[in-house]
Amino acid sequence: MLRAALIAVALGGAAFWALTSPTRLNPSQIAAENSGDQARGARLFWAGGCASCHAASDARGPDRLKLGGGAPLKTKFGTFQAPNISPNASDGIGGWSLVDFANAMQKGVSPDGRHYYPAFPYSAYQRMTAPDIADLYAYLRTLPPVAGRAPANDIAFPYSLRRGIGLWKRAFMANAGTIVAVPESARAGQYLVEGLGHCGECHTPRTLGGLGGLGRLDTANWLAGAPSAEGEGKVPGIAPAHLDWSAADIAGYLKTGFTPDYDSVGGSMASVQRNMAELPDEDLAAIAAYLKAVPE
Amino acid sequence: MKLALMLAASLAMVAVPALAQDGPIETRQKMMKSVGGATKAGGDMLKGAAPFDADKAAGVFKTMNDVASKYANYFPAGSDSATSEAAPAIWAKPAEFKAAVAKFEKDSAAAMAAKPATLAAFGQQFGMVTANCKSCHEAFRAKK
Repeated sequence: MLRAALIAVALGGAAFWALTSPTRLNPSQIAAENSGDQARGARLFWAGGCASCHAASDARGPDRLKLGGGAPLKTKFGTFQAPNISPNASDGIGGWSLVDFANAMQKGVSPDGRHYYPAFPYSAYQRMTAPDIADLYAYLRTLPPVAGRAPANDIAFPYSLRRGIGLWKRAFMANAGTIVAVPESARAGQYLVEGLGHCGECHTPRTLGGLGGLGRLDTANWLAGAPSAEGEGKVPGIAPAHLDWSAADIAGYLKTGFTPDYDSVGGSMASVQRNMAELPDEDLAAIAAYLKAVPE
Repeated sequence: MKLALMLAASLAMVAVPALAQDGPIETRQKMMKSVGGATKAGGDMLKGAAPFDADKAAGVFKTMNDVASKYANYFPAGSDSATSEAAPAIWAKPAEFKAAVAKFEKDSAAAMAAKPATLAAFGQQFGMVTANCKSCHEAFRAKK
């Protein structure tokens, strides 16, 4: 009897271990080392919002390129600390290959094989193309190295068991394709919004609301607005059913931070808008075209 | 004409007690609405939706400055509600909140003193003053 129980525990443990193993990209899904274009990477950097979590929250101007780790992200699951992703060799990602970077960005796996928490939006970044990952990698290597590591995360049990993130990925990260069907004219914006820009991470509710929104993004309510993960108020819906702005209004807001009736951007979106203001008008117009095209 | 006057008088009678009864939440919300109106007036001139008018431009900064000089007084402890978008940081970091409002007051006063006479000069002052909207809303407003 005892033996049977021991075997059951051992088998359960082995199954858990197998199910939670990190999976990496197939080498064919990664661009060639040194193939990235730094200049194009700069644009991807702002579209991806890296500075909002990895630079100091009060950083402005060139200080937003010092990616030593940013303000803590306080959620119901605990406090997440974005790590140093500056090119410092020991404290940042200066020692990483493109393969390491691509697996972090698109599989949420660290070079030493640990899962990253999905507070890092790899489930959106997995939609990026391999050349874009290489461009972003090339750009990040040009930024100033910053010494020092961010403090450790402070996550509540059982979420503190990193290995369990493997189960989360299996259950909720399957879709690396497009989220909604849009016409050809909205495809460029779709790539920016659904992928790199990871807008849905805050503007879309998550499933398993009873567990604090532990699940995947609820794509049936895509960009319909959601409770704030940081616990204060809510994040507005930006799909056409929730936002009646014109495409020009949306692009203007992202560029200037002012709504059509001259209310200003606020909360966490203020930092996002600072990123968006760095993008060429063409990208802002593409984002606006996509948001107008999201089906009801 | 007489009817219009009577109507205006009765409206004024209604309006005054209503204002007197406003709690801090309603008062500060009305103040921020008037800043929004001033920002729109300025933005419309800059967009070309309204012609540039130096007096109107001065009025934009005056409205903002009037509000900024009093605004921080309307956040007594516990003055939160279902409609208030005041973030808890206002009470958690009162010195920083007051400093943010004081900066808005100082910047709007500087814009008034500059007396911009051209659209370009106005635009420069307007940008300087309205940067306060974003920085303050980033830290001290939570959308509901």
